[in-house]
Amino acid sequence: MAVAVAVQGLSKRYQIGQLRAAYGTLRDSIAAAVRRLGRSHRDHRKEIWALRDVSFQVPEGQVLGIIGRNGAGKSTLLKILTRITTPSEGRAEIRGRVGSLLEVGTGFHPELTGRENIFLNGAVLGMKRREIARKLPDIVEFSGIERFIDTPVKRYSSGMYVRLAFSVAAHLEPEILLVDEVLAVGDAEFQRRCLGRMQDIGRSGRTVLFVSHQMGAVTRLCQRAILLDRGQVVLDGPSHEVVGHYLQTGLGGGPLREWPTLETAPGNDLVRLRWVRVVQDGRTVESADVRRPIGIEIAFRVLRSVEPMFPKIKLFDGEGGIIFNALDTDRRWHEAPACGDYVSTAWIPGNLLNEGLVTVDVGVVSLGGAKLRPHAAASMAVSFTAYDPGEGDSARGLFTGRLRGAVLPLLDWETELR
Amino acid sequence: MTETGLEVRDAPTLPAAPSGGEDRVDRVVVIRPASSWPRLDLGELWHYRELLFTFVWRDIKVRYKQTFIGVAWALLVPVFTATVYTVVFGKFAKFPSGNLPYPVLVFSGLLPMQYFTSALTQASGSLVQNVSLVTKVYFPRVLLPMSGVLVPFVDFVIGFAVLLGLMGRFGVWPAGPAVLLALPMLAVALLTALGAGLGLSALNVRYRDVPYAIPVFLQVLPLLSGVPYALESIPEKWQWLLSANPMTAVIAGWRWAVLGAAAPDPAKLSVSLAVAAALFLLGLAFFRRSEPRFADTI
Repeated sequence: MAVAVAVQGLSKRYQIGQLRAAYGTLRDSIAAAVRRLGRSHRDHRKEIWALRDVSFQVPEGQVLGIIGRNGAGKSTLLKILTRITTPSEGRAEIRGRVGSLLEVGTGFHPELTGRENIFLNGAVLGMKRREIARKLPDIVEFSGIERFIDTPVKRYSSGMYVRLAFSVAAHLEPEILLVDEVLAVGDAEFQRRCLGRMQDIGRSGRTVLFVSHQMGAVTRLCQRAILLDRGQVVLDGPSHEVVGHYLQTGLGGGPLREWPTLETAPGNDLVRLRWVRVVQDGRTVESADVRRPIGIEIAFRVLRSVEPMFPKIKLFDGEGGIIFNALDTDRRWHEAPACGDYVSTAWIPGNLLNEGLVTVDVGVVSLGGAKLRPHAAASMAVSFTAYDPGEGDSARGLFTGRLRGAVLPLLDWETELR
Repeated sequence: MTETGLEVRDAPTLPAAPSGGEDRVDRVVVIRPASSWPRLDLGELWHYRELLFTFVWRDIKVRYKQTFIGVAWALLVPVFTATVYTVVFGKFAKFPSGNLPYPVLVFSGLLPMQYFTSALTQASGSLVQNVSLVTKVYFPRVLLPMSGVLVPFVDFVIGFAVLLGLMGRFGVWPAGPAVLLALPMLAVALLTALGAGLGLSALNVRYRDVPYAIPVFLQVLPLLSGVPYALESIPEKWQWLLSANPMTAVIAGWRWAVLGAAAPDPAKLSVSLAVAAALFLLGLAFFRRSEPRFADTI
């Protein structure tokens, strides 16, 4: 079978300073240069490898998942494959037109009309003018904003903007699609459409490289996955095995996830997440005593008080199977919450979970008919290990062997001698 | 590294080139570390030519949207500047105008000068102004400064109509075949602006001092390029010094071509052309060297 993407020995090195000080003034650089004069050799400790000697091949038509925790090098890899940045070493070969859903809306100019932006955005994504003109009616129809197509996009709502942008990207018809779910922050609705589109493309026999934190999506959509850690390929194999390994080794998450700025945090113009953590006895814990209540604390900021919404969590076990969903059904959420910072904690009762690794998805959602409509969502936001100290007072009693099952509840048993 | 039984990774071997013409894949893209040799890669530029025109089209469209008097700015700016120059330098200071009427002399000098000013300003800001493109999509980055130096030609053409009117009013006409050199002279201005623009736009990615420094330089440039006076009417040694500035040659040559002014000295002209060519190559080299790091540092 023909190879669509061949990556060999790919490495990317950053100077630490390059990451931190994105740009400075000439004065800073001169000052730094003067400081460097004191030292005779280059300081190699200030270099980090975002990618180190990564090799793999993707046959045509395969859907490959790329997983790993934040900073493992997933996004750097995609950036190199889309040629936004160059590798420091190694090479990659790509056969066919590359499209990536990280480019959605790229190059949109607020002063131009919807129609003009279709041409602009299409050209930026690599379409020929003739091709865009031919697809124009389809693009406009798919976006569902025919009436505003000659209005400058600066007057669009954010929803209309995304729909138009997505419509252009969806008509690119790439042979190789690169999707970075991590970068598609913000609109959860949009993330879902990206996934749907990706599924379509995957089914039509084209090659997809999918970077994601949603382990369920990876096992469902991808035949194969590679696991990156600290810039290296740790594991490469069937996706369910790689995902299982990833979850079990605890490479994902951690007990605290914070978003440094509101702009980069998951959410939309109504609500954004601020942090998520696992608490027990008032402390952030990596491993939680399964006998006592475990709290999942979600901090979020309501930016606009428009519609009722409420927080929810979803727990996964070490194999990526869902343990349960839990919604906050308090009456306070029946009305649109006032603007401000909220901290909600979901208390998982003691003696409910089974032992093992638990990963948690969190979200702030609204009711939307048959489905929940997410406003802000973070997959695998946090993880923790539920453990049983084995003192005989837990759901397992005096038994010390393995007990299977998503949960291991301590029930009320009633027994009579008849 | 983690030891597991799941390692199914093949030894990476690169596949052979695609066979025959039946392959629907039109281009194989090879990604490699950036070479340290700067080059213009004309083949790739040709592949992306439509995108260049799209950028030019976008910038022209955007330029006058939401301005009240729109394209009229392209007329007002040079006319206003020329009037001030004529009154201050021509009437009060009595600058030498050679054998040309002073308003024609000034306006004909201002036109290429203002083209150069906007071209350099736009080109040098082009990368930073398109951050979202530079950090999210691949295309040859050279297209952005290139678009920056092409767009101001629109203003130039509009201003040129005014110059024609002035020439008719004062009865000044091009003399002979030199008129054919009008376009090449503009090409020199373009090349100079592109060279400097490439270098400065790359510098601007790292140091945001550039937008502060450029106006200072551009304010004195008209005086150093012979806009308010005829070059041949100043002392010979100063003429040589000013030849190091390509815009001096452009303006003198343009006046020669369009107004039938005195022909520039070939020796001084070649100095200017050499400087313009050197500037272009240096700018391009610096741009290409910095290019791989644009997305990381911008």
